[in-house]
Amino acid sequence: MISKEEVKKIAKLARLAISEKETAKYQKELSLILDYIEKMEKADVSKVEPTSHPFSLENVVREDKPEKDECANLVEMAPDKKDNYVKVKSILK
Amino acid sequence: MKLHELTIKETAQGLKSGEFSALDVCKDYLGRIKELNKDIFAYLSVDEKGALKQAEEADGLISKGKAGILTGMPSAIKDNIMVCGLKCTSASKILENYVAPYDATVIKKLKEKKAVFLGKANMDEFAMGSSTENSAFGVTKNPRDLSRVPGGSSGGSAAAVASNMAVFALGSDTGGSIRLPAAFCGVVGLKPTYGAVSRYGLTAFASSLDQIGPLAKTVEDAKIVFEVISGKDPMDSTSVDSPAGAKEFDLKKIKVGIPKEYFIKGIDAKIEEEIRSAIKKYEDMGVKVEEISLPHTDYALAAYYIINPSEASANLARFDGIRYGYSAGGKDLLDLYMETKGKGFGPEVRRRIMLGTYALSSGYYDAYYLRAQKVRTLIKKDFEKAFEKVDAIFTPTSPIFPFKIGEKASDPLSMYLVDIYTVSVNLVGVPALTFPIAKVGNLPVGLQIIGKPFGESTLFNLGNAFPGN
Repeated sequence: MISKEEVKKIAKLARLAISEKETAKYQKELSLILDYIEKMEKADVSKVEPTSHPFSLENVVREDKPEKDECANLVEMAPDKKDNYVKVKSILK
Repeated sequence: MKLHELTIKETAQGLKSGEFSALDVCKDYLGRIKELNKDIFAYLSVDEKGALKQAEEADGLISKGKAGILTGMPSAIKDNIMVCGLKCTSASKILENYVAPYDATVIKKLKEKKAVFLGKANMDEFAMGSSTENSAFGVTKNPRDLSRVPGGSSGGSAAAVASNMAVFALGSDTGGSIRLPAAFCGVVGLKPTYGAVSRYGLTAFASSLDQIGPLAKTVEDAKIVFEVISGKDPMDSTSVDSPAGAKEFDLKKIKVGIPKEYFIKGIDAKIEEEIRSAIKKYEDMGVKVEEISLPHTDYALAAYYIINPSEASANLARFDGIRYGYSAGGKDLLDLYMETKGKGFGPEVRRRIMLGTYALSSGYYDAYYLRAQKVRTLIKKDFEKAFEKVDAIFTPTSPIFPFKIGEKASDPLSMYLVDIYTVSVNLVGVPALTFPIAKVGNLPVGLQIIGKPFGESTLFNLGNAFPGN
């Protein structure tokens, strides 16, 4: 069983605001799911390499030249913007 | 003859012969949507004006004799795939007003053939779920029984095809999200080989598992759509050109494996009976069937439910209240992030983000994420070994029949267990096809055929050989 403090810590790491009621709910649910996941411990993974992708990947490169400018369309989707820029709250005091 | 009852192949023949126009077909489907969508809720949004315009353009191409097989075919597109100018919400409040600024590569390919886009299909929020109950905008009902779920997460896509509100649909499959709803709604669904179809323009969920694929009325139709949407794309570095399948196909030379670990307690007895009887039908046609073992099967779902939320927690970090859609505001930057994500994401999405964040956090990484990746290797080796002996693997698609709406909503783990037969395929990256083989009452049973990497042609050939297909 993970503790309420752990749930709060994870929520903060994930940048999720959760209420006290939700903390209790997630504590119960996450503990149940993690109990199920425990069964992985029985698998013998000594000398086994991890797999991150189904198949080996190759880098893809392209010529460094500008393509169709989508900037305005993309900025348009931001909730707060000014001119052709996305607006962010100040991060320096 | 009702136009919305035709398959892609039949519709294409009628269009070619001039029996009816693409506009006739489009109007018929739009009428069908008006009649049924309020009860089934397969579509989140319908683009009537755009669809009619696309149908007229398709007729132009047909009259010039330049039509392809998908020209004028009315489709439903899962709402996590971008169609330029249409809303793309991923069934989430956080993207409620997000309008796609460009086309996904699969959409670009369909537009080149002048296919028609009727609307965007409902889904579990960010494709997280097995019932479509996690949509922020309402539940899709199973057209075979309106009191039951359509499966998920591509439940809207499957329900649209099953109720003849589209001739085909696109979905995405991260752990069964095309195959489970296809099986629950009694239609055909394909999860292609990882990399066979470009993911550019698909909202990223778990990037090493996600694939876009077709849902259709017949195996042949699924093949037609797959052939149009597949191929290497410079915009997705994991995409590749599928090598051409073997030209000759002889059922009598095919060997099929039945994994003994897939027929254990938990499977509905009636489903097992139907699957065994379908296997017998293949044997009667000359297919060699043998029992095989995938010894690490029992660990697959556990590994999946670490890898999937881990990748999701990283991918969904981008929905921060600054770059897209919904923003909750806040007194400072941290507050804005916390409030936007806390209010914008639904309960299952938050649950997975927390689970993934936990598995990746300092002190737990080795025990969860790294171990899951190693288990993934073991599962991959199981399949590689099996495919040395057999050409395809037959399993049930789902252990249970479509369940009642609300039945599993309060127990996330029981919902995860529905994916027991489908997740391994995504961990390994191989393709899998599901199609209906029988009905018990109103409820369909799906057979899953798993193939070798890029072995889609064998899956289609095997599917087409099933009596009645």
